[in-house]
Amino acid sequence: MPTRVRESRGQEMVLTAAVAVVIVLLSLLPMLRLIKEIVAPGGTLSTVAIAAGLRSPATWIATWHTLVVGIGGTLLAVLSGTLVAVLVSLTDIRGRSALVLCYVMPLMIAPQVTALAWLQLFGPASPFLKLFGAAPPLGTKNPLYSTSGIILLLGIQYGPLVFLLVRAGLRKLPRELVEAARAGGAGWFPVLVTIVLPLMTPSIMAAAALAFVSCVGNFGIPAFLGIPANYLVLPTLIYQKLAGGGPAVLGETAFLSALIGVIAMAGILAQEVMSRRRDYRISSTSLPAEPYELGRWRPIVQACMWLLIVLVLFLPLFGLVLTSLVPGYGIALTAKTVTLDNYRFVLFEHDAANRAFFNSFWLSIAAAFFAVVVAVPVGYLIAWGRQRWVRLLNLAVELPYALPGVVLAIASLLLFLRPIPLTGIQLYNTVWIILYAYLARFLVLALRPTISGYHQIDRALEEAAQVAGAGLFTRMRTIIFPLVAPAAIAGGLLIFMTALSELTVSALLWSSGSETIGVVMFSFEQGGDSNYAAAMSVITVAVTFVLMLVTNLLAPYLPSGVLPWRD
Amino acid sequence: MARLSLDHVTKSFANFEAVKDVSIDVADGEFLAVLGPSGCGKTTLLRLVAGFEKVTSGEIRIGSDVVSSSVGSVAPEKRRVGIVFQNYALWPHMTVAENIGYSLKVAKLDKTVARQKVEDALALVNLQGLGQRRPANLSGGQRQRVALARCLVAAPSLVLFDEPLANLDVHLRASMEDEFAAFHKRTGTTIVYITHDQAEAMSLADRIAVMDHGRVAQLATPRELYHEPANEMVASFVSQGILLPADVLTGEDGGHCKVRALGTELVVRCRPGERPRAGAKICCRSADLDVSPHGPGFDGLVKRVIYQGGAARIEFTPAAGPDLTLHFEQPDPVTLESGAQARLRIRSGWLIPVGTAS
Repeated sequence: MPTRVRESRGQEMVLTAAVAVVIVLLSLLPMLRLIKEIVAPGGTLSTVAIAAGLRSPATWIATWHTLVVGIGGTLLAVLSGTLVAVLVSLTDIRGRSALVLCYVMPLMIAPQVTALAWLQLFGPASPFLKLFGAAPPLGTKNPLYSTSGIILLLGIQYGPLVFLLVRAGLRKLPRELVEAARAGGAGWFPVLVTIVLPLMTPSIMAAAALAFVSCVGNFGIPAFLGIPANYLVLPTLIYQKLAGGGPAVLGETAFLSALIGVIAMAGILAQEVMSRRRDYRISSTSLPAEPYELGRWRPIVQACMWLLIVLVLFLPLFGLVLTSLVPGYGIALTAKTVTLDNYRFVLFEHDAANRAFFNSFWLSIAAAFFAVVVAVPVGYLIAWGRQRWVRLLNLAVELPYALPGVVLAIASLLLFLRPIPLTGIQLYNTVWIILYAYLARFLVLALRPTISGYHQIDRALEEAAQVAGAGLFTRMRTIIFPLVAPAAIAGGLLIFMTALSELTVSALLWSSGSETIGVVMFSFEQGGDSNYAAAMSVITVAVTFVLMLVTNLLAPYLPSGVLPWRD
Repeated sequence: MARLSLDHVTKSFANFEAVKDVSIDVADGEFLAVLGPSGCGKTTLLRLVAGFEKVTSGEIRIGSDVVSSSVGSVAPEKRRVGIVFQNYALWPHMTVAENIGYSLKVAKLDKTVARQKVEDALALVNLQGLGQRRPANLSGGQRQRVALARCLVAAPSLVLFDEPLANLDVHLRASMEDEFAAFHKRTGTTIVYITHDQAEAMSLADRIAVMDHGRVAQLATPRELYHEPANEMVASFVSQGILLPADVLTGEDGGHCKVRALGTELVVRCRPGERPRAGAKICCRSADLDVSPHGPGFDGLVKRVIYQGGAARIEFTPAAGPDLTLHFEQPDPVTLESGAQARLRIRSGWLIPVGTAS
C-alpha cells in the first residue's frame, strides 16, 4: 500500500520539481543576485550602496517622477479601458469587431513607436502639420516633452491592456446575474454599478496592477518624451547611468532598479488586498446578457468611439508614415520630396537593422512559446495547489516575475557579467542574455491570465477526469490545457507582439551583433534620424498587423477568446 | 463491483472536524444513501471515498484494498470509482461521445472497442445519436444522463452520486430517480448516493446513513429509519417526526411498553429491554394522530389549517404542552378551524432509546 501511494504522487512531484527549477533559475536567482549587490557589494555586508543611493537627489527626483507618471498613466488606462470594455461588451453598439481590433492595436505597438508616432504628429518638424502649414516654427518645444505628455501616452498605451482583461471578465458574466438584478427593479446604470462592476473587481484590479507595473517600468515613452525635457524616471535614470559608466556603475543601478521593484510590488500588493476582500468567483456558466439598447444615443456613442480611435490610432500612425516618407528632418512632404529611401536603408543597407529584425523575431517566438508551456503547470500549482510551501514559493516568485523589465535586466547583467561557474559559458555580450531576460520577463504576461482562467474553471472538471483514471500529465494535456488554453495562448500572443519591438530590457543588455529592433530604432532616434526610426516602426507595425490578420485565419480552429482583438 | 468500508474515519480541517469517527460498511451491490442537512459532512465523506481528501485518522477500504489511511492515500485516478457530480462536470471542449469515452481513451483501450462501448453507454441512457453534440447544447436532464453514461462506461467498482438531482426540476427528478433505480438494478453496482432530499433517499436506497454534525446519527433501512429512529435528531429530521416528552411506566413486553405523554397514557413500540424511566421522548408521525372528540386523548388549540387538496394539514398546540406544535392531516371533510379547541388521540408511537440522543 505505501508503494501505491508513492507511485500515485510521482507525477505531482515531477511537476512540482520542474516548476521549482524554472522558478529558481528565472526568478529567485536573479533577484537574490540583485539583493546581494545592494546589501553586500563586493561580498561583504555594508550599507554603502544604499546610503549612496539615498543621498543622491537624482534618486528622489526620479522616484517622484516615476510615481506621478505611474499612477497617472494607470488611472487613465483603467478609466478608458473599463469604459470601452463596458460599452463594447454590454451595449448594442455596432461595428464591434472593428472597434475592438482598432482599440487593441496600440497595445500591439511598442511604447517607443507610440512615442515616436505622437512626437512626429505634434513636433515643429511634423510632416502632418506641415500638410496644413500649421507646424510651429523650428525650435519650438514639442508639447509632448512633458509630464502630462508621458501620462497621456502611458494611458493610451495600456488602456487596451485593461480593456482586454475587463472584457474577458465581462464575457464570462452569466446573464442570470444581470437579469436577476433587472427583475429586482434595477435599471441599466444601477445594474452596472451594483452588479457588473463589483463582479468585475478581480479583473479590473488585476488589470490595474498590470497597467501600474507596466507604466512604472516603461522605458520607451519616458525615454523618447522625458529625456529631451530632462524629465527622468527611474528606468531612464538607470539607462543614462549605465550608458555613461558601463559595468562600473552596476552597483548604483542595482539600488535604483530595486527601488522600481519596491514601487511595483506595492501596486501588486494593493491589488491582492483588494481582490481578497470578497469572493468574486462566478460558478455558473451561461450565455452573456442581452446587450443594452442605446436607442437614440447609439449614433452619438458610436461617433465618440470612432473619434477616440482616430485620435489614439490613426492620426499617430498617419504621422509616423508621413515621417518615414520624407528624406530628412523638417522637410515638408510633397510629391517631389516623397521617397522610400528610408525603408531601403533600414531593410537592405544597414547591417545592424538587418540583424535586429532577425534577432527580435526568433527571440519573441521563443519567449512566447516558452511562456505558454510553462504558465499552464505553474498556474495549476498556484491556483489549485494544496501544499502550503507551493503557495509560499508563489509569494516569493510572483513578485519578481511581475517586476519591471529594468530590474530583470540589471539582475541578468549582474548574474552573467562573469562566465557561468563550472561551465565557463559566457552569456554577457551575447544574444542569449536577452533571451534569458525575455523568458523571465514575459512569463507574467501569460501567467496572470492563466491563473484567472483557473479560478473560473469548476475544479470538478478536473476531478471528473481524475476519477476516470487520468493521471496528472494526462489531465494536463486533455482537460486542463484545453480549458485554460484560451487564456494562456492569448497571453502568448501578447508576449510575441510585445517582445517583437521590445526596448526596455534589450536597451540595457544588447551588444554589437545582438541588437534588437527596439534598440536600433532607439539609436536612430537618438542620433536624430527620426526618418529611419519611423521607417523601422512602420515595418514592425505592419508586420504585427499582418500577423494579427494571419492569426485571424486560424480563428475557426482555435477556442473562442484566444485572440484578444477578435469578437 | 466491490464493497466499501469506512472504519472510524475522521477528517479535520484546520480546527474543524468535518467527519467524526464514521464507520459504514456498504455491501457489494448495495445502494446506500447518505442523507443530512447541509453542512453535516456528507460531501466531505464523498470526497474522502473518492480520494480528493485525505483522512485524518481511520481507514477506507474498497474491496479488499486499503485506499485511505493515516499513512497515505491512493490517488483518485487509481481507485476505479465513478462520480456523478452535482453540476455534471462535463468537459465543455469535448463532444458527448468524447466525454463518455474519456476514461477508455485514458486506459488506451482499442479505438473500435471504445467506440462500441460509448455507443452502448449512450443507448443505456437513451441518448442514441447525440454523441456528436456539445454539452452546452443539451438540456439539464440530457447532461445528467451523459454524466451517468460517462461514469458507468468505465465499469467502476463503486459509483458516487453527489446530489445529482439538486439542479433538476421536479418532473425531471422523478424520471431520473426511476432511471437511477433501473441503472442500479441493471448493473448491480455499489452506489453511495449523497443527498439532502429524504424522499429521494427513501425511494432509492437499500439503506440510509443519516449524518449530523459529522457523525452518523443512524444507519438503517428506510423503513427502520421511519419507524424506529435511534435518536431525537433522526426522529425529527425524517418525515418531520413529532417529539413528545414522556415517562415510561412499564417495562418492555412483546416490543411495546406503556408511557404517559401529554397527560394521557398510551402504548408505544420500543426496543427490547426498556425499563421504566422518567424524562424519555417518544416520536409520533402525523399518521399516528387523529381527532377523537369524545374518546380518550388530550385537549388543545388548532393553530393553523392549511388545505392541501383532499386533506388539510393541521397545526395543533396541546394544552398540556403550550411550547409544542403537533401536525397531522385531516382528510376531507375538514372539520377543524383555526382557533378552535379540539381533542386528539395518539394511536401509536416509538420510544426513543436511551443514551443515543444526538
